[in-house]
Amino acid sequence: MSVDTSAAVRSHEENWQPVLELAVEEVFEIMLGCRVRPTSKAEHQAGGEFTAMVGLAGALCGVLSVCCDAQTASRLARRMLGDIVESEEQVSDALGEICNMVAGNFKNKLAGMDGRCMLSVPTVISGGEYEFRSLTDGDTLDVCVLFEGAPVAVQLALHG
Amino acid sequence: MDKVRALIVDDSSVMRKIVERSLRQAGIDLEKVVEAANGAEALGALRENKVDLILCDINMPVMDGLEFVRQIGTVANAKGVPIVMITTEGSESHVVQALSAGARGYIRKPFTPDQVKEHVVPVLGKKL
Repeated sequence: MSVDTSAAVRSHEENWQPVLELAVEEVFEIMLGCRVRPTSKAEHQAGGEFTAMVGLAGALCGVLSVCCDAQTASRLARRMLGDIVESEEQVSDALGEICNMVAGNFKNKLAGMDGRCMLSVPTVISGGEYEFRSLTDGDTLDVCVLFEGAPVAVQLALHG
Repeated sequence: MDKVRALIVDDSSVMRKIVERSLRQAGIDLEKVVEAANGAEALGALRENKVDLILCDINMPVMDGLEFVRQIGTVANAKGVPIVMITTEGSESHVVQALSAGARGYIRKPFTPDQVKEHVVPVLGKKL
């Protein structure tokens, strides 16, 4: 699947939502061996104890984030690594890599983006007393999936 | 089948473990795995270790994977060692840059063990 990014068809909401959904599904299926499908964000509010972020700069500018509760982050890490997860650092690392792969996979599906969009290294915030606000001013795409019954929220917040 | 000594370069320790596991799942008999978190660490590791294969990410702090590939010729131990990039940077321009700099293969994340096998086994040549 590849979507043209030329100005004529750059309606983010219409064209990029299924691309982001597919990017998320592929990362979960290939790297975690788990089939997920988008679900209603309103019905499944993801806990916010772990938030991983990857910045996008260049032709596509914004922040992609992956957010879930601590127990889900730990289960995601165990699924990626097997039973060798020993520390919160590894949990953060795993969530950061999931975020990184979703961002890269999404970007790689956009035709015309070749070499014109760069990704930052991932950043992960954990804890209970924080609020995540992206200072972007463009469209926001949201994908919520259930991983072993728990919601994982993926958001792409774009600069206008 | 010869045993293989591999250097895995990625700023994520989780991803280094996954790459190592994928190599084993691909049927590659690993004698030794050396890990590095960025290109500069990898150059240092190569001065201390002889390896048969290098798997390298691109987006890393300190020294990225493309710069590492460009500088690898400065390390005598690394002459002729095949390099396969494993990265989320899947654009054609990144592939061209990596291959021009001397990489022999390019795997996009997310990846399966089969894709690792497909790209790594040919560059190992008679090692397998």
